[in-house]
Amino acid sequence: MQKQPEYWRWTESRWTNPDIDWKGKIITSGVDVGSVSSQAVILADGELYAYSNMRTGSDSPDSAMKAMNWAMEDTGLTLNDLSYTVGTGYGRVNVPFSQRAITEIACHARGGNYMYGPTVRTILDMGGQDCKAIHCDERGKVTNFLMNDKCAAGTGRGMEVFADLLGVSINDVGDLSFDIDKEPQPVSSTCVVYAKTEATGLLREGWPKNKVLAAYCSAMAHRIMTLLERIGVEEDFAITGGISKNKGVVKRLEKEVGIKIMETSKYDPQIAGALGAALFAKALYDKGKK
Amino acid sequence: MKANYGYKDGSGDYFITIDTEKCNGCGKCVEVCPYGVMAVGEDENDPLSDREVAFVTEKERKKIKYTCAPCKPNKDTVPPCIKACQMEAIIHSW
Repeated sequence: MQKQPEYWRWTESRWTNPDIDWKGKIITSGVDVGSVSSQAVILADGELYAYSNMRTGSDSPDSAMKAMNWAMEDTGLTLNDLSYTVGTGYGRVNVPFSQRAITEIACHARGGNYMYGPTVRTILDMGGQDCKAIHCDERGKVTNFLMNDKCAAGTGRGMEVFADLLGVSINDVGDLSFDIDKEPQPVSSTCVVYAKTEATGLLREGWPKNKVLAAYCSAMAHRIMTLLERIGVEEDFAITGGISKNKGVVKRLEKEVGIKIMETSKYDPQIAGALGAALFAKALYDKGKK
Repeated sequence: MKANYGYKDGSGDYFITIDTEKCNGCGKCVEVCPYGVMAVGEDENDPLSDREVAFVTEKERKKIKYTCAPCKPNKDTVPPCIKACQMEAIIHSW
């Protein structure tokens, strides 16, 4: 039997800063073990040196280890070179080589502040299985937050399910959702299970794939809007996490909120949590030395 | 920091908001809560601070609609945690 292509599989990434030589510098790191993806970020004297972003496996300590090994690949670094490591995300207590665990709320605010600059006031993290809306000050300190992790509606995992159902690579979902004649009504339920049922019905009625994708992206944007309404949106507004790479949701959300969403930074937007953790690691290392 | 603990589901919004700028960590809300929803400890969302503040326990965060229900028989009843807080740092959204 021919193997079914894995439409949900998003692109993993890794990066090393070619301008930095880590030798002789203080190395701190952050590991974000999320429900769907895991990231490791390495800082040299507080500057972003390397990162990796990959899929989380069934075993949190193992995923943390793999992400860190991939980030260290070809850099000559070993675990012994890490002065301080902070774990974050769902699996934060399961990072074997970390000294401390910090919530993803605090880490995303701090990481978003580094990636998007001190003018960011609202950070929306659209993760694999939850969604967090965070307000922060100019130093990346949380001033207000809200998290929805009770249900996976409006999250990355939901998008993966849809990519699979429609046989569209997850990287193309955003573009294809705009390749339509007229914006359709959003699917009435954002619950992944019900939305999938509804989508199957729409396909049977003869809707083209792109239109169904548009209806789902739009429902997801609407769902996130209702969550944002509780804490409000202040400029500048940035999105992190996997869904921030999906223009189909981002553009529709931008339209609903009525505030421009900041352009994604040159780094992978999924690393914000791990980056924040690494920055906390640096701060805690410095604090411990005093 | 305004810390919103809780969730939104099909039936509505269920959030307990704690204003950590106002909270003095006295722990009165913990004493009066009959169901162990409230706790006082280090602020997990502000790891560089040494202050202790009130928060909603991890195990109750996703079910406060049900756990808090006996303290809120109708919408005019002020639950004990809010009554006990002299700093007026606690708000329920529902």
